[in-house]
Amino acid sequence: MIVSLAEAIEELVRDGDSVALEGFTHLTPYAAGHEIIRRRKRRLTLVRMTPDVLYDQMIGAGCARKMIFSWAGNPGVGSLHRFRDAFENGWPVPLEIEEHSHADMAARYAAGASGLPFAVLRGYLGGDLPRYNPTIKFIECPFTGERLAATPALNPDVAIVHAQQADRKGNVLIWGIVGIQKEAVLSAKRSLVTVEELVEELEPRANSVVLPAWTLSAVAVVPRGALPSYAHGYYPRDNAYYERWDAISRDRDAFGRWLEEVVRGG
Amino acid sequence: MNASYAPGEMMTIAASRLLKNGDVCFVGIGRPNAAANLARLTHAPEIVLVYESGAIGAKPATLPISIGDDVIAERAQTIVSIPEIFTYWLQGGRIGIGFLGAAQIDRFANINTTVIGSYARPQSRLPGAGGAPEIATHAREVFVIMDQSLRSFVKKLDFLTTVGHLDGGDSRARTGARGAGPSVVITQLGVLRPDPASKELVLTQIHPTASVEDARAATGWELRVADDCRTTEPPTPDELAALRALNASRAATPRSSRL
Repeated sequence: MIVSLAEAIEELVRDGDSVALEGFTHLTPYAAGHEIIRRRKRRLTLVRMTPDVLYDQMIGAGCARKMIFSWAGNPGVGSLHRFRDAFENGWPVPLEIEEHSHADMAARYAAGASGLPFAVLRGYLGGDLPRYNPTIKFIECPFTGERLAATPALNPDVAIVHAQQADRKGNVLIWGIVGIQKEAVLSAKRSLVTVEELVEELEPRANSVVLPAWTLSAVAVVPRGALPSYAHGYYPRDNAYYERWDAISRDRDAFGRWLEEVVRGG
Repeated sequence: MNASYAPGEMMTIAASRLLKNGDVCFVGIGRPNAAANLARLTHAPEIVLVYESGAIGAKPATLPISIGDDVIAERAQTIVSIPEIFTYWLQGGRIGIGFLGAAQIDRFANINTTVIGSYARPQSRLPGAGGAPEIATHAREVFVIMDQSLRSFVKKLDFLTTVGHLDGGDSRARTGARGAGPSVVITQLGVLRPDPASKELVLTQIHPTASVEDARAATGWELRVADDCRTTEPPTPDELAALRALNASRAATPRSSRL
């Protein structure tokens, strides 16, 4: 149950998988994403509501063939340059995109976790997204006749999230902004949680999420595994990292140097 | 022009004045975030700030950079999951004002945050929809804050991400959207509101740092100007001091560096 990060990624993430690394600003699983880069996983479908710097790095490293998302950017800084280079120029490999809204992505994970084939929401009314994304369809409510959006449930092959604590049995505790992590884990076929620390006993507090060990495939202890994002109660967001990523990611060579360092184990 | 404040400051302050004590406001990142927190720190201490990260009743001590920052979580009344914030709270009709930024807007206050140029070969790839389409659908009304220029105030959007008043008239209501849509657009030049019948944006206020001609020149369609278009009250010293302290709090947020 409690394994090394390298072991977990090697075992759980396979070439061609759909993989959701979730965490809404808070607890983004950077260390796990970097391990995917190091293990040279390929042709992944990367799923994430808010692809930010982490997916920019994984796309630049050539891990992805497709990205499914609802908001892609470097918050407060600007565009994702590696994402753009892959989507617009096919570098280092072509990238397909499938774009939704947040409400839709959240509903798709919830449908996946609930064992339903599709999500339903009052959304996309009159906008252009359904024209570009054929997975967004409309149905008629059988009771009221109202027109509602329907999109397929999300059931990723693997969900990866970061959390504050686990106990020795592998039960996991998350608090603060809990985001979409529970739904991502419960919708996925396999799941990995990286945690800040192992504790003798979890003490769940208000608003916290508990993921019982039996819902998870593996837990790995990775202190500071969410940096440069933050872990509530452990460390703040490293805002300078996000700002400096802009210059590194604009340039293929600068990115290449960054990548070498990560692959070497930086 | 020798005002002791910047047009951007006037914009944020003008927007903050429109928020009332007790409003329930779903806050987008960027300028909406600054304006909503300025309102909370000045005339509307009881405003309820809701963030799509799941924080309800947030009272951030410093200006958050992102909608999921720890300062948003720290003093929130409660934090709910993301599926919950978009269903029970937003789709369920609990939100009074949806407060959005935008890259492009048209005369009926429809918004583009997806792409400039073509979808497959963009000139500029923007972040995408995020929460905006459903915020604009479900909130009882929508405020938009953005820079006004020929690049942003366009005759035709490159991509319709978020429906405002669609084709004008009652076309929005006919989509089934429950909220009333955009009620005001605040820019660095002035304030625009939709005509009650046609829903076309009309300039109703001009800031002291700009002229009606500036606003016309920064609009990609023939801008309508209200007969009673008035000049915005300049920022008070208290408003300016509060805004500058708020912006400074963001800059002072602790940062380390590993890159």
